[in-house]
Amino acid sequence: MSDTSLHSVPRSAEPELKDYFALLKPRVMSLVVFTALVGLLVAPVPVHPFIMFTSVLFIAIGGGASGALNMWWDADIDRVMRRTAKRPIPAGKVTEGEALGLGVALSGLSVMMLALSANLLAAGLLAFTIFFYVVIYTMWLKRWTPQNIVIGGAAGAFPPMIGWAVATGGISVESVLMFALIFIWTPPHFWALALFMKSDYDDAGVPMLTVTHGHDATRRHILAYTVLLAACSLSLAATSIGGPVYLVAALVLNFRFLVGAWKIWKRSTPQAEADAYGEEKRFFKLSLWYLFLHFSALLADATLRALGVFGGWA
Amino acid sequence: MIRATHELHERRKGRNLGLGILLLAFVGIVFGMTIVKIGNGEDVLGTGMVSGEVSQ
Repeated sequence: MSDTSLHSVPRSAEPELKDYFALLKPRVMSLVVFTALVGLLVAPVPVHPFIMFTSVLFIAIGGGASGALNMWWDADIDRVMRRTAKRPIPAGKVTEGEALGLGVALSGLSVMMLALSANLLAAGLLAFTIFFYVVIYTMWLKRWTPQNIVIGGAAGAFPPMIGWAVATGGISVESVLMFALIFIWTPPHFWALALFMKSDYDDAGVPMLTVTHGHDATRRHILAYTVLLAACSLSLAATSIGGPVYLVAALVLNFRFLVGAWKIWKRSTPQAEADAYGEEKRFFKLSLWYLFLHFSALLADATLRALGVFGGWA
Repeated sequence: MIRATHELHERRKGRNLGLGILLLAFVGIVFGMTIVKIGNGEDVLGTGMVSGEVSQ
């Protein structure tokens, strides 16, 4: 909750522009920019470079706006968790009201400008993404169900779909599979983090799977989602945006990811504690590379197609 | 007493300057988008006409 009269922290100093920028979660924004750009570049319809730049910029601003609204609503738990205690609101640099104002203003601006820059479908998807992340995930699911990460992951999965919609004005099996790739990737990625950051979520009272169902159930879930993820990743290889680079990358990455998930599943909590959650940390690190390399491979195949080196599977 | 430069102006100089630059960049983006869209022959004003057509 965000009752300002109860939770507001006195401002420590005059906020600078960079403090407001930090509200936009720049690191999350970089992932949004990258995946949206790939979604846009792999689409079969060319887009003017300036329109490409402005569209990705407004998608990023929309993502940032939802980050600011998330920090406004979650200010109380951000103060409790070590990982988030230095965010602008708990650090006393920016007030909750300012975060709310900035978030709402940038949400409206980004959606309106994306409609002008690209099309109404892309703008509508961006508006839905912001709504989904702020209302469905942050306000509703995050503190209510251990499946919070599963459903909330959808918000982070929309950018490539929006990028594709910017170029094509539509939705297709390719864009849905790019969405699915991030959507199914998110739970094992976060659950691996939750396994070795356990106390943080405990203290904040966020019902992470690790807290509500224990570590063994979380390990099973990680393995199940990783199997599902491999199926999704490989089916993307068979679509019009797949190619030899993607196929090889998907085979190697999924093999490694499955082995990691298998090892995590086989371990018990005492075993994990004995090596300071080494396997879980390795899996988490690999998950970052997993997503980055998948989208990089899609981009590489799009480049090969543009150069005429590879003409597609058909 | 009225001072030309209030202490607040000094304190917020960096922030105001940054905001000014952002607003200028925004104007540039809108201008650039308009130029590109007109160049592509899009009906940016919603008049049903595209560049090259002359109203009667």
